[in-house]
Amino acid sequence: MTLPVSKIDFRENSRSASPAIVKATQNSTRTALKKRAEVVDEFGEERWQELRRAGHEVRLHALTHLNRYLAKVEQNIVAAGGKVHWARDAEEAKGIVLGLASRHGVKSIVKAKSMVSEEIGLNEALEAKGIRVFETDLGEFIVQLAGQHPSHITAPALHMTKEEIAELFREKLKIDARPVPEELTEHARLALRKEFLNAGMGISGGNFLIAETGTLVIVTNEGNGRMSTTLPPVHVAVVGIEKVIPDWESAAVLLKLLARSVSGSKITAYNTFITGIREGGPKEFHLVLLDNGRSRILADEVAREALMCIRCGACMNTCPVYNQVGGYAYGAVYQGPIGSMLTPLMMGTAIAGGLPFASTLCGACAELCPVMIPIPEILLHLRKRFVEGDAFERPSVPGGLKGMAAIGRRILGSPALYRLGARLARIFQAPLRRGDWLPALPPPLNRWTLARPFPAFKGDFRRWWKGHTATAGSKEGKTHE
Amino acid sequence: MEKVQLFVTCMGENLLPDVLQKMVLLLERLGVSCGFPEDQTCCGQPFFNSGFQKEGRKMALRWMAAFADTEGTIVAPSGSCIEFVKHRYPAMFPPGSAEHELALRTAERVMEVSQYLVNALKVTDVGAFFPHRVVCHSPCHLTRGLGVRNEPLELLRAVRGLELVPLEAADTCCGFGGIFSVVYPEVSRAMMASKLEQIVASGADVVIVSEPGCLVNVRGGLRKIRSDVRAMHLIEVLAEGGAS
Repeated sequence: MTLPVSKIDFRENSRSASPAIVKATQNSTRTALKKRAEVVDEFGEERWQELRRAGHEVRLHALTHLNRYLAKVEQNIVAAGGKVHWARDAEEAKGIVLGLASRHGVKSIVKAKSMVSEEIGLNEALEAKGIRVFETDLGEFIVQLAGQHPSHITAPALHMTKEEIAELFREKLKIDARPVPEELTEHARLALRKEFLNAGMGISGGNFLIAETGTLVIVTNEGNGRMSTTLPPVHVAVVGIEKVIPDWESAAVLLKLLARSVSGSKITAYNTFITGIREGGPKEFHLVLLDNGRSRILADEVAREALMCIRCGACMNTCPVYNQVGGYAYGAVYQGPIGSMLTPLMMGTAIAGGLPFASTLCGACAELCPVMIPIPEILLHLRKRFVEGDAFERPSVPGGLKGMAAIGRRILGSPALYRLGARLARIFQAPLRRGDWLPALPPPLNRWTLARPFPAFKGDFRRWWKGHTATAGSKEGKTHE
Repeated sequence: MEKVQLFVTCMGENLLPDVLQKMVLLLERLGVSCGFPEDQTCCGQPFFNSGFQKEGRKMALRWMAAFADTEGTIVAPSGSCIEFVKHRYPAMFPPGSAEHELALRTAERVMEVSQYLVNALKVTDVGAFFPHRVVCHSPCHLTRGLGVRNEPLELLRAVRGLELVPLEAADTCCGFGGIFSVVYPEVSRAMMASKLEQIVASGADVVIVSEPGCLVNVRGGLRKIRSDVRAMHLIEVLAEGGAS
């Protein structure tokens, strides 16, 4: 699933979300969160908070000095025998990769997991040119086989059960697969082995780019990242410009945060560090640095912190909204709270203005975010952009709603009108009232009563207060001047 | 004598007047004198959080004016409204402006009621008697927003006859979320259903939901599923069987 070009209807998507997907999502996120809590506990709460602060500092520093660090990355990679390409948008990035593939006569490609390649729709572009693309991360392999897209940024197939996966393997791989995770992994391993050896190109994303040495960092738990970037003769890494960090010390901080936040491990199983061309590795190394709207986000003082994201997925795992709708409801490559920020930031609020509202502002995400992105803050910022517009966008909210808000403010903002409104509500509720409740309200308030009754308006506090202060007046109860 | 100003909140005043009356009586019983600035209306949160920040700022200025000439801590039976005044008001206005100064001064004055009882009055035992099995939901803005986690529990533990039992995922959102509940009603309903399931599974007779919006949500939800579990504000429990 790439970035969307037409309006995302989160409400419609949430209504049509498959209950099976929601259930599987909840089971997976619960396990991930439990493991995360265990390792964080073991690490020590105070140390963990210190590490989060360090991670925040490092990422913010890198973003606010991006030009300097990007130049350093290019300089060091070129010095190490690699090539650096700059892509303004998805089209340019795809063009660069397609050009490299055609120059090398590539027929098939193995890919390590990369959300950026999903963002730009790289697989589709390659396949359109007749090139076969094999996703080698187990989860990505599964969703590719199923003709789907990831529903979670670190656990692409988290919406599927092992039974569904076994059935998929039986159907597509024509093998006798049982719903046993170890056996399913073995089947995937066998299916992929020959593709690793045949591939003319390996494509990866990148978790970080270390500026001081020009080193690409890739973490995986299956070793597929290392194989994809080592076995084929050409390695192309497509990486967002925001992934740059200053030095190896920064990497040490962020890798600790990342492994614990993603899956509750102390360290990811495979940490691959690639610096240009090395002996025994691919003959060519290309880094495609992708902007695709990122520099525009960088110019936005409030929203830029969303670019600090290290794609751990913890915000999604803990989000009570994500857990009720699954990843597909967000209608785009990034889901959950991070998606509700990035999609409208990249595509505009005319397309994705509904996503920042897909949150109760409960703050669970910000509490877990390893680099302390102020997620509710940014969601509020985007709600404002959608409603009032700002230096970046014109408002997308229907004018009528704005008028209603202005009227609402005038009523609620005037003590006399406020009290009058409360009194009218008490009068007009009479025909709808059933005891203490209003079981059904007219539109648009039926959106509330479809789930639960609304309590009847009871306006006796001010009257009670008058009586109360009159009888207790001497006890200096009334201090209002 | 301790003095507080009542911040009754829109939902409190119009939907939960009993909670407010009980809060006044409790505070007075504890020797606190209450004032009620009658010009107060909405604090502006529903506007601001829906993206109508300009309207929200106007409401904030109005709200602060209503309290400007009063003295004492401003107390509300809501963590959400208090958090909005405490954290959002100062961030609404440019630093250095008169409005910002006023917002900072106002922010210093506000406290949610359980916070006020435990931290300002230093009272945990209010002499209440409530012989029930009780679970306590942790409202998001009260716990994560204001950092009030233990105060309600300390007050509940001191209530005679009350058995406090744990609630699974107590700090997971109940699905209210202000405007969220009507923008995405189906998701709100599903979140509420999860919360209700955990409340019912706890075996409690009573669930404490000390946040007007969340209380209205959970209470309505329990009614809809015809559950016998009662949803109550902490204040309602503290007012039970209290020594006078």
